[in-house]
Amino acid sequence: MTSAPRAAQLGLVGCHTCGLVSAVGQAQCPRCGARLHPRKPDSLARSWAFLVAALILYIPSNVLPVMYTSMLGRGETSTIVHGVVEFWKSGAWDIALLIFIASVAVPSTKFLVLATLLVSARRQSSWARLQRARLYRFIELIGYWSMLDVVVVALVCALVQFHLLGTAEPRAGIVFFGLVVVLTMFAAMSFDPRLIWDGDEE
Amino acid sequence: MTHPGLVICEYCDSVYRRSALGDDEIARCGRCRAVLYRASRLDLDHLLALTLAAAIVFVIANVAPVIRIAVSGMHNEANLLQSIAALSHGSGLVVGLVAAATLFVVPLLQIVLLGWVLVFARARRRAPGFAFAMRWLHRIRPWSMTEVFLLGVLVAIVKLSGMLSVIAGPGTYATLILTGLITLIAKRDVRTLWDRLPADETVEFGE
Repeated sequence: MTSAPRAAQLGLVGCHTCGLVSAVGQAQCPRCGARLHPRKPDSLARSWAFLVAALILYIPSNVLPVMYTSMLGRGETSTIVHGVVEFWKSGAWDIALLIFIASVAVPSTKFLVLATLLVSARRQSSWARLQRARLYRFIELIGYWSMLDVVVVALVCALVQFHLLGTAEPRAGIVFFGLVVVLTMFAAMSFDPRLIWDGDEE
Repeated sequence: MTHPGLVICEYCDSVYRRSALGDDEIARCGRCRAVLYRASRLDLDHLLALTLAAAIVFVIANVAPVIRIAVSGMHNEANLLQSIAALSHGSGLVVGLVAAATLFVVPLLQIVLLGWVLVFARARRRAPGFAFAMRWLHRIRPWSMTEVFLLGVLVAIVKLSGMLSVIAGPGTYATLILTGLITLIAKRDVRTLWDRLPADETVEFGE
């Protein structure tokens, strides 16, 4: 595929913070002072821990209501999926699709992709390396858009404050959902994509 | 020993020799196809001007109302900070803090740290605490979510327009401009400042 040598073969290490290339053996980057390590420390274990924690919190984030709204004295709670269905029924299929992608499709994709990357990296698999590398960059790119629902709940709750006529309040589901997004981002950041290519030199 | 003439792909550890790029060219890794570095049309003066613009727009985006609603003779409006406060009520505090960090604190830090570094960069020197500022700019970059707030505003407008009369306030337009500015100045390749500002005796690690 490519003849480019890898850092370990040349006895080099790239700083993960500033990018400077230096010889292995130093504890700190001589330019920016960040700790130098050839691979992110405990990458697989940390990434799994964040991923499993996110998966556990994903259940209450979908089951529990994310928002309580009352209109003219009639109160109701809504979950994330409920919000998508409401938009769909009211004819705003494009917004329904947008929220579905950000709140359901993106987190689910992250779970599946990260689990696949973690399992294949542990086995030092040579299967579809280029595609796996692209998948990692893809979830890095899309991951934080899941925060969309948190923003919508915040805005609606700040705006709909008309006492008897109508009010809106956040509920526990949105807390769990926000934490799921943060944890999946930590899981993706903890994974070291260099592991995908370890063993490629031979 | 360091090798400033080399570049290592941060996604797969392949080692390459740096070469000069033409306008808009991007150097990609031959092994994993990730971007190694890209040519920038923005010189330090451009970056400083855009950062100052971002600072002004940031204030407007946070203070001015993003959405105004009206129903039965009553009306209400909210800006970014009020929305974060509304989210933080009671059990929402945790997610309120996440929203405050990603929508307010991180973009603010990006503008302040970059502004600090660039003001000194105009005099061709590294600012006091340069390494500290550069490390943090790199660290907080994934947590800057102004563009998600912009999309959330649009969704909230559609959601509420079913029952109320809704208009986008000046804060929405400020957020739109801020999203563009932050993308230009702080989303990619902040690290090139390390190469653009050679070390001198004023360098410090700030740790």
